[in-house]
Amino acid sequence: MTSNALQLESISKRFGAVLANSDVSLSVEQGTIHGVIGENGAGKSTLMSILYGFYQADSGSIKVFGKEAKIHDSQDAIDVGIGMVHQHFMLVDTFTVLENITLGCEGSMLLSKGQAQAREALSKLSREYNLKVDPDALVGELPVGVQQRVEILKALYKGAKILILDEPTGVLTPQETDDLFKILLSLKEQGVTVLLITHKLKEIMHVTDNVSVMRQGKMVAHRHTAETNPEELAELMVGRKVVLQLEKPATDAGSKALTVSNLKVRDAQGIERVKGVSFEVAAGEIVGIAGVSGNGQTELMEALAGMVSPESGEIRYGDLLISADHKVCPSEMRKAGVAHVPEDRHRVGLVTSFSASENAILGYHRSSAWNSKGVLSSSTVGKHCAELMADFDVRPQDPTLKCANFSGGNQQKLILARELDQTPKVLLVGQPTRGVDIGAIEFIHQRLLDMRNRGGAILLVSVELDEILSLSDRIIVMCDGRVTGELAASEADECTLGLMMSSSRDINASEEKE
Amino acid sequence: MKGLDRNLPTWVNVGLLPLLNVVTALLISAVVFWLIDVNPLEAAEILLYGAFGYQEGIGFTLYYTTNFIFTGLAVAIAFHVGLFNIGGEGQAYIGGLGVGLLCLALDASVPGPVLLLLSTLAAALFGAAWAFIPGWLQAYRGSHIVITTIMFNFLASSLMVYLMVNVLREPGQMAPQSRALAETAWLPFMHDLFAAIGIEFERSPLNISLFLALLCAFGAWVFIWKTKWGYEIRTVGSNQQAAVYAGIKPARVMLLAMAISGALAGFVGVNEINGVQHRLLLDFHYGYGFAGIAVALMGRNHPIGIVLAALLFGALYQGGAELAFEMSNVNRDIVVVMQGLVILFCGALEFLYKPLIANMFKEKTA
Repeated sequence: MTSNALQLESISKRFGAVLANSDVSLSVEQGTIHGVIGENGAGKSTLMSILYGFYQADSGSIKVFGKEAKIHDSQDAIDVGIGMVHQHFMLVDTFTVLENITLGCEGSMLLSKGQAQAREALSKLSREYNLKVDPDALVGELPVGVQQRVEILKALYKGAKILILDEPTGVLTPQETDDLFKILLSLKEQGVTVLLITHKLKEIMHVTDNVSVMRQGKMVAHRHTAETNPEELAELMVGRKVVLQLEKPATDAGSKALTVSNLKVRDAQGIERVKGVSFEVAAGEIVGIAGVSGNGQTELMEALAGMVSPESGEIRYGDLLISADHKVCPSEMRKAGVAHVPEDRHRVGLVTSFSASENAILGYHRSSAWNSKGVLSSSTVGKHCAELMADFDVRPQDPTLKCANFSGGNQQKLILARELDQTPKVLLVGQPTRGVDIGAIEFIHQRLLDMRNRGGAILLVSVELDEILSLSDRIIVMCDGRVTGELAASEADECTLGLMMSSSRDINASEEKE
Repeated sequence: MKGLDRNLPTWVNVGLLPLLNVVTALLISAVVFWLIDVNPLEAAEILLYGAFGYQEGIGFTLYYTTNFIFTGLAVAIAFHVGLFNIGGEGQAYIGGLGVGLLCLALDASVPGPVLLLLSTLAAALFGAAWAFIPGWLQAYRGSHIVITTIMFNFLASSLMVYLMVNVLREPGQMAPQSRALAETAWLPFMHDLFAAIGIEFERSPLNISLFLALLCAFGAWVFIWKTKWGYEIRTVGSNQQAAVYAGIKPARVMLLAMAISGALAGFVGVNEINGVQHRLLLDFHYGYGFAGIAVALMGRNHPIGIVLAALLFGALYQGGAELAFEMSNVNRDIVVVMQGLVILFCGALEFLYKPLIANMFKEKTA
């Protein structure tokens, strides 16, 4: 009989009125990979934060390797053998791998002795678990996948026998994801217990032994991975049947709605992020831009939306031209029928301290529909917002509620409602379903397809390859600020896209060496 | 947790909690009185009587309140765009200069109502200009508004001393003040207005600029919450990136808000020069600009809250003066201590009682 590495019993945690974890129990067998899956806000992160000592549970108990554990802070967690790899790495970019790994356990006042020990231990760990990393490389210069390996090594170095990975694949290319899974499997062979937190069904099916599903703060099911399927898991997560595949009728691509030629954009720090990009989007088509996050997509979208002006090159929406000499304000773009759903809805797309109705007119607040004699009619705006909310199923349907109190999916639906309400000719949409629950994803995708079917042009930027593949008619791959591939959706699959997303890195690296 | 608790009823959030804070501040003030051998109850009685007990006292209280409403609104408008305008002091001073210059130039030739209208405009214009420059420096040059507005307070002081001593001083007089303005430049006093309709009211500096202040408070409420310009101001103040996304130009909106803020502070000049002093002189503005920060803080940057907070501060000013006059071992600084405690509890410790109250409500509903 296998013993449990980890046993959580009746964990509850309340934040104000929200019960983030309600009577959650979880048993993780030693030496297995255990998946925890659930929508955003289902309570996965809270549970893991309790396990790692960031929060204290209001009630319930934690047993680690059969022994009751009181975890008050991360040091307690490390002491009982729990290691965590965060979604956003906790590494110092300007330190070497070795320095990062010894951070927090330097040994003595002088670093050299501790580091010599660490070097030895590190090479042993690397060998044991087949985790190859150069200890003297600067972390900031390593690819993301390798940085993640450093995080794993850091946890193992501190004696982790239970490794928690929180959404580990969000920043990885498909190939890097495969590498990560190989590492996880070899960790498992060495007896390490892995807890994998994710919202991606495919990963769960691919790599875990057991899976637990959370919904609305509760643990709703435990399954052996071999005995379940993605459809069942999706249904358990959402609580109802979900359509994972979309109907996409063929449309004829119409006239050019957006033409980008040789566009270059610098960010606020003056670093060139978009390095000469050209493409076109026609009416009635969705063009997806695939790529690992941080490869110039954000800056490209900002330039296309008129939020930053290009360094050089041209953007053309019908008669509207944007270039370095001809700056265009986002309000002019809206008048020309260009709508924009920004990547970051909290920092850009919404004013979270405003009510829903005030957010429903953001960017259109000068419209004569709700301004008369200089006064902005709050009743008209409220009515407008109520209509949008009804149309896009935004819940709760309360225009006076502060935007921060809506869930991510409902915030996104509100933004989409606002932007689509103007029946734009072109829609720029970034990460439409980031942090959005499956039910809302289905809805948002359907609305995007509706717009395309009506003859609208959509430029979609997403780091979710599934999303790009299921929505796009054409796919453009961006890497390091350049277009590294373009293909019809019918010819694309994850593998070819993944290669385009990553192989070009090596090409660029070799270019730079020359 | 920060911010208002949605689980608590509104009357608790906007009524009970601030009230508890004020009461706490007053209780601790009582301890301070007790420490300096003053009977707190007696002090409270004198203070309240001084502020509200007789007509002249009420007049003074409302006269101070008028100034506090102007400077409190000024701070609030800037706050809504995300800027901390602590230059109300200088803007009020320069606003008064505008009034003075205009009246000195025109009081012999222009009829009264027109002159008063023009001098109100001059106060707004001068105050706005004095706030516009730091606003411009912040919006386009990134110079921090807190630093520049402080510097502009000093500039205003020095400029006024220079002007009053060297340029505007009444010939043949030693005092650094201008000649008296013609009566056409005087705003009607409240006691005169009351007398005109047959009601006797003791003389006080209270004049009709109180109505201007209340009008400004109403106007500010409409402007901030009911117009697209106010919407843009609040958007820039809450989330600048979202403002850019919405096609709003943050720099322009900041300039607009700062100009309005300065204009409101400048109206102190109307109350003081047209209303009370009837000549241009030094330091008529002293302290109102800074107290305006506390008023805005306590009034939560909402015009209604600001009017109430201004009344509280006006009462403290007037009652405190009475207290210093009546009691030998108390001087006017005790009022500053009380104000400080009010600011401490209403501003810095705003949510002191929230967890307690929230718990009480939880138990009640559970």
